[in-house]
Amino acid sequence: MPEARVPPGPLPQKWEACRASLKRLSPSDARRYRVLIVGTGLAGASAAATLGEQGFQVESFCFQDSARRAHSIAAQGGINAAKNYPKDGDSIERLFTDTIKGGDFRSREANVYRLAQVSNAIIDQCVAQGVPFAREYDGYLANRSFGGVKVRRTFYARGQTGQQLLLGAYQAMMRQVEAGRVRLHPRTEMLDLVVADGAAKGLVVRDLVSGAITTYGGDAVVLATGGYSTIYYLSTNAMGCNVTATYRAYRRGACFANPCFTQIHPTCIPVGHQHQSKLTLMSESLRNDGRIWVPKRKGDQRSPDQIPDGERDYYLERRYPSYGNLAPRDIASRAAKAVCDEGRGVGPGGQGVYLDFRDALGQLGRRTIEERYGNLFAMYHEITNEDAYAVPMRIYPAPHYVMGGLWVDYNLMSTIPGLFVIGEANFSDHGANRLGASALMQGLADGYFILPLTLTAHLAAHRPRQEGPEHPAFGDARRQVEERTRRLLAVRGKRTVDDFHRELGRLMWDACGMERSREGLTRARAEIPRIREAFWKDVTVLGSGEELNQALEKAGRVADFLEFAELVCQDALHREESCGGHFRVEHQTPDGEAKRDDAHFCYVAAWQFQGDGQPPVLHKEPLTFDAVPLTERSYK
Amino acid sequence: MNLSLVVWRQKGAQTPGRFERYEAKDVSPDLSFLELLDVVNEGLITQGIEPIAFDHDCREGICGSCAMMINGLAHGPQPAVATCQLYLRHFKDGETITIEPWRAKPFPILRDLVVDRSAFDRIIQAGGYVSVNTGEAPEANSIPVPKKDADMAMDAAACIGCGACVAACPNASAMLFVAAKVAHLGRLPQGRVEAKQRVDQMVDAMDREGFGNCTNHYECMDACPKAIHVKAIAFMNREYRFPRRKPGT
Ligand SMILES: Cc1cc2nc3c(=O)[nH]c(=O)nc-3n(C[C@H](O)[C@H](O)[C@H](O)COP(=O)(O)OP(=O)(O)OC[C@H]3O[C@@H](n4cnc5c(N)ncnc54)[C@H](O)[C@@H]3O)c2cc1C
Ligand code: FES
Repeated sequence: MPEARVPPGPLPQKWEACRASLKRLSPSDARRYRVLIVGTGLAGASAAATLGEQGFQVESFCFQDSARRAHSIAAQGGINAAKNYPKDGDSIERLFTDTIKGGDFRSREANVYRLAQVSNAIIDQCVAQGVPFAREYDGYLANRSFGGVKVRRTFYARGQTGQQLLLGAYQAMMRQVEAGRVRLHPRTEMLDLVVADGAAKGLVVRDLVSGAITTYGGDAVVLATGGYSTIYYLSTNAMGCNVTATYRAYRRGACFANPCFTQIHPTCIPVGHQHQSKLTLMSESLRNDGRIWVPKRKGDQRSPDQIPDGERDYYLERRYPSYGNLAPRDIASRAAKAVCDEGRGVGPGGQGVYLDFRDALGQLGRRTIEERYGNLFAMYHEITNEDAYAVPMRIYPAPHYVMGGLWVDYNLMSTIPGLFVIGEANFSDHGANRLGASALMQGLADGYFILPLTLTAHLAAHRPRQEGPEHPAFGDARRQVEERTRRLLAVRGKRTVDDFHRELGRLMWDACGMERSREGLTRARAEIPRIREAFWKDVTVLGSGEELNQALEKAGRVADFLEFAELVCQDALHREESCGGHFRVEHQTPDGEAKRDDAHFCYVAAWQFQGDGQPPVLHKEPLTFDAVPLTERSYK
Repeated sequence: MNLSLVVWRQKGAQTPGRFERYEAKDVSPDLSFLELLDVVNEGLITQGIEPIAFDHDCREGICGSCAMMINGLAHGPQPAVATCQLYLRHFKDGETITIEPWRAKPFPILRDLVVDRSAFDRIIQAGGYVSVNTGEAPEANSIPVPKKDADMAMDAAACIGCGACVAACPNASAMLFVAAKVAHLGRLPQGRVEAKQRVDQMVDAMDREGFGNCTNHYECMDACPKAIHVKAIAFMNREYRFPRRKPGT
């Protein structure tokens, strides 16, 4: 197993000690190094801005037409920090403990502690940049509580927190563009990683306008390419989210950690029709005031206002009296599935539960509810044509976030020297389940405060030397990408790319979604190669590679999903326990809760590619818990 | 419902474009407008016709990717939504819908409905930020900000950079876009320090990119998917005029 390089010493002092020991570079030395950063979400943009400020030459890539459109823009609810402004007993210690427990003891303690430690500096930085966080009447920052915790530590900017944080990072990056230290490459997709002489040294990219396939060389590569929930076809993620960058790096030797740890978010608008292209998240903050219920009786067709309280099952409040409607995501999602499976679901196809604001409207009045959630109610109305002030919202779980990602050590470096991975693309901080408002925190912690130090130390240990197209590894990688692109265009079959994506998505949702079983996963593992084969025989991609060709872009991403899906299922199959979002039906307590097996599975599963058709090798990074004793997670 | 689409097709920046007519038969009124295009595109692909290219990503009205003129209106007939949040129930069965890209010189067409909006990035690059390096920030609550100011800053900061304001303006002016950023940062104490310099640099960049002037049509505000108010432009004009910058500084 590769070394996690967690610094010695007591938990609270590790990061401080590490920081003090990390080598730095003066701006005049930094100038001689080039860093390639793929991704301009919170993680990538904050890293590019900070490295630019430190003097590095930064090349920044994204597939959208502008860096500002990265998927982080869509985050609604908020970002956590241990500021303890509301004086409700919060602390770094407590944020750390909540995150470890929320992750069901499958994350690395030292990383999580560090995350909690830098959380406060993030808020300071963002406020200084002009992020318009919500404020109280006294002019100080407002906080709210978010799923799975009892303190108020979430900072927010209406329902657009991700947008405002991303614009802050994007603007900081644009300042470095103006200063000549960051160069932008929008509408450019990374299709492979170049590993030269044992280290990550470059990228193969396709210009999405001209179609030109070229290479870039640098001293280090940073992947900040986000998550792959779109493997399920329908998810809350943006349409362009994909696994290509990290999967290609995996094929080049980077270990992939816990690929099956995916998060299904409990509060999304249910599927409405057969042409549904994506699912819309209703912010979790709604659970602060909305109550979740279904009818007690199976197949109860009455309209919700006709069902008296005594005949409603507020199942979260009943099963988890202490957390109630604020139970963590994995638990809330599974509970919704359970009542729907019993035939008590509501709405079309019985795939929904009510999120009811009747009581909150009665107690707080419509104005307050409007102030808190007006935009969400409007969005719900636009999509469903229903007025949630009058009838309860209908919600259902949907794929939302991936805790799995490329394996990184404490310094955020993958198993390929010089390849760093930050934000949702890495695996490190959320274990088997992420708590609300902590992805934004992690992305910015990585990008502003951690990577710039650890990457600098890595570079300082190496002389600046950028390889170029003359190096054989660059030519080889580029030719492979060209060949693959040519093959995608040459099939000229009968089925569309989306058709294959939908087929894969359905399979993954059934076999590797909220509930997983040995039998279902085994079937999926047999089925995926069949779909993949059909894809390469029968997909149709019109047009050429030398032009703006969106079908070709999509085809490449789906082709990678069709390989990566096997790894996801294999990981889910091998993990013979239930933990967090990974629920194996064979492993549950008598009352249906997830049953961990710490004796056998208290480790990070890091998979190493061995070649096409070869089973990957599993490395286990053992997890130890010194500060928070391993306990059964309970939200009762 | 059945709809006829008249869509602008243009293979590349240098090739001339033209309208093509496509029929969408028996589609559910619950589809979003972009899902309608998905359905049409799947049909085209199976007929061997290249699908209509259009920008889109979040499909939640926040990334600002989607951008099209629908029956001559930026983002279509519904107020305060982006194209991706527009649903077919707002159209009539049997209706003919014309779909075109943004039309403005600073936004050259790349293909079909896809345009190049990088001019917006260059305007932000010219000064749309607060100059604070990572790690230099003071404690977040050291400067209280009146709630009213924070709320007004947020109103302006809601801009998604889609370009509808430019597409809707008879002069292809980018005033609302620029003003939104100027007002967002200018209303906060953190942004005041550089306020004057910011507005000058951003307006200069806007002019360099070839955007037109504002002659008070207010079409921008009607087209804006975030309903950003032209009050922002008034705010910007105040910042821009007083005090005048000395020549050469
Ligand atoms: C609807 C929604 C709401 C959310 N709300 C919250 C919330 O309230 N609080 C919270 O903490 N978290 C929230 N999350 C999760 C959070 O938004 C994400 O986990 C986080 O923003 C990811 O940031 P990132 O920087 O890692 O990646 P992203 O923002 O996803 O950025 C990925 C970047 O990589 C680029 N990219 C990817 N692949 C390639 C490639 N091959 N070539 C070139 N470029 C590439 C993209 O262009 C993009 O720039 C939410 C998520 C969703 C879907
Ligand atoms: S697709 Fe993001 S705003 Fe429409």
